[in-house]
Amino acid sequence: MSEQMSDDDERQQSPPSDLDFTSNKARTCIVTGSVSGHTEFQSPYPDQVLENVLENVLHFLTSRRDRNTASLVCKSWYRVEALTRSELFIGNCYAVSPARATARFTRVRALHLKGRPRFADFNLMPPDWGAHFNPWVLAFAKACPWLEKVYLKRMSVTDDDLATLAESFLGFKELVLVCCDGFGTSGLSIFVSKCRQLKVLDLIESEVSDDETDWILCFPEGESHLESLIFDCVEYPINFEALERLVARSPSLKKLKLNRYVSIGQLYRLMVQAPQLTHLGTGSFSPSEIAGQGDQEPDYVTAFAACKSLVCLSGFREIIPDYLPAIYPICANLTSLNFSYANITAEQLKPIISNCHKLQVFWVLDSICDEGLQAVAATCKELRELRVFPVDAREDSDGPVSEVGFQAISEGCRKLQSILYFCQRMTNAAVIAMSRNCPDLVVFRLCIMGRHRPDHVTGEPMDDGFGAIVMNCKKLTRLAVSGLLTDKAFDYIGRYGKLVRTLSVAFAGDSDMALKYVLEGCPQLQKLEIRDSPFGDAALCSGLHHYYNMRFLWMSSCRLTYQGCQQIARAMPRLVVEVIRSADEEEMDVCVQTLYMYRSLEGPRNDAPKFVTIL
Amino acid sequence: MVTDKMVDYPQFLNLMNKEWLVNHKVSEDKKLELRLGPPGEALDYNRNTTHGTKRAFQHTAETRTGEKEWPVDTTKNQCQKISCIEKIGDKVNLPPTPWSSGSTIYSAFSKDTKEEPQHSKASFFQNLPVSKKLAGMAEDFKQPCSPRMAVGEVQFADGKACCSLATADPDASTNITSNKRIEYSPVVGWPPIRSFRKNIASNSLSKPASESSNDKDTGGKPENPKTQLFVKINMEGIPIGRKVNLSAYNSYEELSLAIDDLFSGLLAAQRDPSATQNESKAKESAKAEAGPLAGSGEYTLIYEDDEGDRILVGDVPWNMFVSTAKRLHVLKSSELSTLQICSNEKEKAPFDPAVHI
Repeated sequence: MSEQMSDDDERQQSPPSDLDFTSNKARTCIVTGSVSGHTEFQSPYPDQVLENVLENVLHFLTSRRDRNTASLVCKSWYRVEALTRSELFIGNCYAVSPARATARFTRVRALHLKGRPRFADFNLMPPDWGAHFNPWVLAFAKACPWLEKVYLKRMSVTDDDLATLAESFLGFKELVLVCCDGFGTSGLSIFVSKCRQLKVLDLIESEVSDDETDWILCFPEGESHLESLIFDCVEYPINFEALERLVARSPSLKKLKLNRYVSIGQLYRLMVQAPQLTHLGTGSFSPSEIAGQGDQEPDYVTAFAACKSLVCLSGFREIIPDYLPAIYPICANLTSLNFSYANITAEQLKPIISNCHKLQVFWVLDSICDEGLQAVAATCKELRELRVFPVDAREDSDGPVSEVGFQAISEGCRKLQSILYFCQRMTNAAVIAMSRNCPDLVVFRLCIMGRHRPDHVTGEPMDDGFGAIVMNCKKLTRLAVSGLLTDKAFDYIGRYGKLVRTLSVAFAGDSDMALKYVLEGCPQLQKLEIRDSPFGDAALCSGLHHYYNMRFLWMSSCRLTYQGCQQIARAMPRLVVEVIRSADEEEMDVCVQTLYMYRSLEGPRNDAPKFVTIL
Repeated sequence: MVTDKMVDYPQFLNLMNKEWLVNHKVSEDKKLELRLGPPGEALDYNRNTTHGTKRAFQHTAETRTGEKEWPVDTTKNQCQKISCIEKIGDKVNLPPTPWSSGSTIYSAFSKDTKEEPQHSKASFFQNLPVSKKLAGMAEDFKQPCSPRMAVGEVQFADGKACCSLATADPDASTNITSNKRIEYSPVVGWPPIRSFRKNIASNSLSKPASESSNDKDTGGKPENPKTQLFVKINMEGIPIGRKVNLSAYNSYEELSLAIDDLFSGLLAAQRDPSATQNESKAKESAKAEAGPLAGSGEYTLIYEDDEGDRILVGDVPWNMFVSTAKRLHVLKSSELSTLQICSNEKEKAPFDPAVHI
């Protein structure tokens, strides 16, 4: 779970070194005798030694920020760094082209690509916008045959791409697809059948279409190297017998996350085969037969007790709470527990959570109510990350959780670093309390589901609460705001949110000033996503000094006009300014529905669909 | 609840007082709702947007006068049917949950003053009072007293009146509704929950912590590619079959009750032909008879899967059943032994009443 979605634990990334127009760093070479190899009188020997030394040293440099910085020292360092970079991270697949990436980094072993903007997950953009993996896989197949690991987020991957992956990279080991789509079970079948060295196949929150191919059966016979198999997002039944055999012949398997078509009885059989698991997704956690009570139930408690290494538990897709006691034996060891699909009450949670003393990551549904959160606060003193999702994600429903649970968490879990909290009502007082109780907060995402909801006790806007967060939480890098917010809140953010890198705004602010405060005040801002807020062209122009330092800016249903966006596009040639309209709209409107703009070395992309206009 | 702000906007008051508008809008919106998605039609995210924009304006004018339920109720059925469009393979992208039907008032700016007849005839009626209101409010806002009018907003004063509503609403909402809010129409992508997280209540087989999952059917089953899964169902001894929509139910129990309902009338008619004259009477008498019918174990429910095999209903999880069942049969339990049935290996001696009707 810690690998998922959140890039808040990514280290600060300086602008990519290939965007040379942004960096005014001197290119003076501090290493004698290796200036571009021009100097004829120098014998090649010191050059060679130096480069070899550099290569060996730079191998130890893993952080991409450090590597970016190192590559700016001089051309020699640039060259060596490029040769020694084994993990290539590209935060926006359209910022560089595959050709450019493969030309510079020839020995890459791992590729990490991100595609669509996050708001696309909430249907704010028509499908087929882009972010295709295809050109990347083709380019890398030609240039970097030693590629072993691919990590994609929000990209479109086709079955052919999966086939190409499997066929072009002989030692391919790891494939992780997060929030991806475009492929199906037939692509998976080809992929698993050809990747004989496969260690990791993680499908996380991706859409997999059912081509009615039995992909589990396609894993090659014989001992498998599988260490991680995650397919809980696959919404189709799988061949359980084949899976059982696969697990039996995968002695290295540590992570297994099943989908909801695996019953608890089947889970038992798998756990018995794989007690060495460290991460387990339980599947449905209910029996397959509706009427099966007469049968002998397997001893689930013993099965769980046998998994002594289990630290991460998730699944519970169709939970029958009667079976929950089965997990008692391992609660004390758990560092990560994901109940976000389990519609359980506080009473059902308490016996579990009261044993989870080591818990650091907890995802849960608001069905546990404030009372359940109080129970969490009472026990989980090591909690670092909490996510509370709504069972009923509507604006007008009665919220089972409120500021009461929120404040309890802040008082009990002082080490909290990351929180995502959906609720219907909140107070400034509770948010201020959290800002004081949890100074280590790095990620603060509060979603008051009713739009423009004020503090429900005082009737005031939520400005002071969020203000306190940016003021008191000095390590804050990611912030998502909600509720009734005036420009004042953004003034606070601009003034105190000096480390904020990601900011999500929805239905907030009064005027352009709000956006100005943020763009002028937050020097580390990299990702800004705004929807349905009254910000116009003037506000957009106030960020011109900063846009090259950002990965992207998203503004939908704001008050931007065509002319305004065009001004930006003209002023900043290395910025790709996309105006996205609804798929069936023919003509260009004066008002811009969605603006998505990002820095890029390549200029306008050539795969833009009809509903995208690049200015 | 009349505050100073509301005095400034008499149109607001007018709109709120006009019952006809409420009723009219509800019925018009029902039309809109239906138009949103005939089953199987690819839903474009924008169509919802433009429909919703009109409705959004209405909502800002109205309070929660008994209208609260309408976005849920009228859309519930529709959403049940069309929500399943979020099936992956069809590449239809939009899960039309109740809040997907529209964008917010802000995004309505570009469209509010335009007539867009092809989107909805109903919107024409909606536009009338809306534009009046907008015009009224735009005028009010031309006064320089409003501290929140930024310079950049002046450009909109000529026709779009975008800004006025924007600045009006936060105010309006806090003044008119102290702890409650003005009712907003549902909005695309809000709250920001990914679609696979949206159907928790209906997917879980457990007794949900809150009230029954039926009321919360905001999306139906994402894995079901069809919006309506009508399958034929025949009862032994009755020559005329029925059709039942599997995707309208969430569990075997619901299905068996529904099948009970379906055939009770026909059963009664067969037993007492005179009762068919008055359908409701027939139903009543049938229900009196159906009482003992349900749970009596007299009938057994069988289904045919996509391979043509006949299988006892109740073995597999509900969702799996829905995706594989192609036909249903209601057979007399006494006849079962004479039939060749492909059931599961285990012999369940006491049949689960959920499977019987």
